[in-house]
Amino acid sequence: MLEFPLWRKIWLWALTLFAVLAALPTILSSANVQWPESLPDPMVNLGLDLAGGSHILLEADPAQVAETRLENMEESVRSAMNNAQPAIRFGDMSTRDGQLAWMVDSPADVDRTREEILPLVNGTGLVQEWSLQVVDETRFVLRQSDEGAEQAVTNAMDSATEVVRKRIDALGTREPTIIRQGDTRIVVQVPGLQDADQLKALLGQTAKLEFKLVDLQALPANVAAGVAPPGSQIFPFAEGTNEEGQFLAVKRLGGIKGDNLTDARQSVDPQTNEPVVSIQFDPEGGRRFATLTEQNVNKPFAIILDGKVLSAPNINEPIRGGAAQISGSFTADSANQLAISLRSGALPVDLTVVEERSVGPELGAESIRLGMIAMLIGSFAVIALMVASYGRFGVYATAALAINVLMLLGIMAVLNTTLTLPGIAGFVLTVGAAVDANVLINERIREERKRGRRVIAAVENGYKEASRAIYDANITNFIAGVLLFLFGSGPVRGFAVVLIIGLFTSVFTAVTLTRMWVAGWLRKARPQDLNV
Amino acid sequence: MRLLKLVPDDTNIKFLKWRMPFYVVSVLLMIASWGLVLTQGLNYGVDFAGGQEIRATFVGEETAPVVELRDTVSALDEVEDPVIQRFGDPNQVSIRVKLPPEAEGVPEFADKMTVAITDAIKAEHPDVRIDGVDSVSGKVSGEFREKAVYALLAAMLAIALYIWIRFEWQFGVGALFALAHDVSLTLGFFALFQLEFSLQIIAAILAIIGYSLNDTIVVYDRIRENLKKYRKMPLPELLDLSVNETLARTVMTSLTLLVALVPLLLFGPPSLFGLVAAITLGLFVGTYSSVYMAAPILIWLGVNSNSFVPEETVADKQEKLARGEM
Repeated sequence: MLEFPLWRKIWLWALTLFAVLAALPTILSSANVQWPESLPDPMVNLGLDLAGGSHILLEADPAQVAETRLENMEESVRSAMNNAQPAIRFGDMSTRDGQLAWMVDSPADVDRTREEILPLVNGTGLVQEWSLQVVDETRFVLRQSDEGAEQAVTNAMDSATEVVRKRIDALGTREPTIIRQGDTRIVVQVPGLQDADQLKALLGQTAKLEFKLVDLQALPANVAAGVAPPGSQIFPFAEGTNEEGQFLAVKRLGGIKGDNLTDARQSVDPQTNEPVVSIQFDPEGGRRFATLTEQNVNKPFAIILDGKVLSAPNINEPIRGGAAQISGSFTADSANQLAISLRSGALPVDLTVVEERSVGPELGAESIRLGMIAMLIGSFAVIALMVASYGRFGVYATAALAINVLMLLGIMAVLNTTLTLPGIAGFVLTVGAAVDANVLINERIREERKRGRRVIAAVENGYKEASRAIYDANITNFIAGVLLFLFGSGPVRGFAVVLIIGLFTSVFTAVTLTRMWVAGWLRKARPQDLNV
Repeated sequence: MRLLKLVPDDTNIKFLKWRMPFYVVSVLLMIASWGLVLTQGLNYGVDFAGGQEIRATFVGEETAPVVELRDTVSALDEVEDPVIQRFGDPNQVSIRVKLPPEAEGVPEFADKMTVAITDAIKAEHPDVRIDGVDSVSGKVSGEFREKAVYALLAAMLAIALYIWIRFEWQFGVGALFALAHDVSLTLGFFALFQLEFSLQIIAAILAIIGYSLNDTIVVYDRIRENLKKYRKMPLPELLDLSVNETLARTVMTSLTLLVALVPLLLFGPPSLFGLVAAITLGLFVGTYSSVYMAAPILIWLGVNSNSFVPEETVADKQEKLARGEM
């Protein structure tokens, strides 16, 4: 046990040196010393609770994805039926309970309908996305398969993540982290952000822009009561508009969506001096917008954003060229925000903030300072206790403890882990528990000496007999640490990381390194007695 | 140099003599803890109850206007029964608001409340600095509660299983019982004093589950060693011997952890107070349970030295039979 061949010593010192060196960039940067750029600089990241910043968890509702998908399918089916040669006559189209149903007028058209619809429902993917059934001879029922719905949610979340990324980049914040979590969630972490409200407003805006024709036949009394005429929908006016609190009926079909945009900018209306958003359609969107306006001159159309009417201007003349202006009682900020949202594209699904944690930068710096002071006092108390109780062996334990803390920091830096506020508690806990191994070893050596063993045999037995309990204790701590890691999120996970890495470094320093030192001392000094 | 010995050599304290009264007290304490948790309930923080916690510093003011804040915040439509406390320095406060029932199924509710509260405070104290906002919806807090229970149970069972594998089943049961004791008493403490119960406290309890067994393992290791060494010694005597032999270790390992934690408790960041307090409490409870719960239970579960010596061979049995021992 006490034999340390040269190669083993070199290897142990090299490992120690490597881990301690890895801690250097982190220590120096906290003391504001510049680390040479040419050297690798592994760093311990500071968690949001220490560095300041915002953690926002966004969630989408999968039912909404399915609903949107059904609506799109309804549009596709309608146009397929209308565009068939000759057009297929049908009626009673409805979307209910997650299925789309309609009836063709003549049983003779059933086969032809099926031919038209099949290409729409069999996507390019491998999964069967829709199931098509014909009941009662002429009634078609189209239902989303579970796999298809799941696939749609995955796709929607993928593109939502992209959109979120674009919007945050547009804010110009540094190093945001944007990760998908689970099936329907996105985690956004932005360090050093001062104003989380702006970020949340930006991410919470779906930016689904629609242009729909106003239903002029709708009775005002019905509209006010929220009763939509057949083929129409009712939308409220947006907050801040002159018509706030009122409702507007628009035709469900025949409108266009604002997702074919190439650009959106905040600008100022030269006549009214009000902030507006100028948008530019792509060629396809521009052509459709031109058609819509050409066919409906002198009729009003509604500009609807996220289910709320911004304005309902009259179409005075056809708008060709694909440029348009949206006004809707904007402030410069809200117009700019809408422009960013439209530029980065609409979110395919609404995202709501289900968890937010924001910490100001001042509080984090204070926490680190207080944590460091407490850790220093605690460490000195532990050292005093160890040296007073075990003399020379306590000094070895102290040296091991110091290296342990540096190694822990170094390995955290190499693994690029994050130090959080509870992680500081993890450091203190590690300091207090790391010397446990030395206590067990030293007490055992004491005991072996009392039983009359010679010095070398007592030390050897001390390490050997104590190591069983040391390993068992560390493994149970490890089990608890792993569950802590699995359970926790963010700060708590940072606690688990420190505890787990600390277990490894403390066994290495408190058991292996001290054994090497003790062995070296025994060899050199050849003591006849031990003061332990 | 004379070395410090906190525990004198060769102690011979009859720990096990008092095992019955201590056991009765411990079990009663466990029952009382659960009674408190079930009747009083735990004072869930926003992590587990949903809602939000806003921490603010009133820059340039001596003390935070807690009373005035209570009026301002209570007057808001969105808010019911806010908990407003000093937190850290005299001019710092934490405002905690639980989610009302109508927030059920409305994920954005928590978020809206935060905005309403911060706006109201800023209107009267423009210099206020918002240090942090935790806003958790009902759905997410429900998930946290569920995950916390699973994590605690899984940790206890996994560790008991490990002890079973390394020792014997009786030791696994003993460890599980000791852990249940430590976790119950910690929960009971939080229920009794209505301290805020957050994710950090669960983290602390998981750490306790790991660390409180350190002492138990040291004692168990010695019991195993002594069972092999003194095959004829009566079990209560052997347990007493083992506990006494390892007493210095138990005291020293707990003490080193304690002296490391106390400064953090006293001078550390206020937001860590709950976590460190829970671990410190767990340290005491865990040390006690190593001596008084984990060891004596072995007597009732019938550990004997045969657990750790090789099985008798057929030849041994025949020899015993021949000698008329069986």
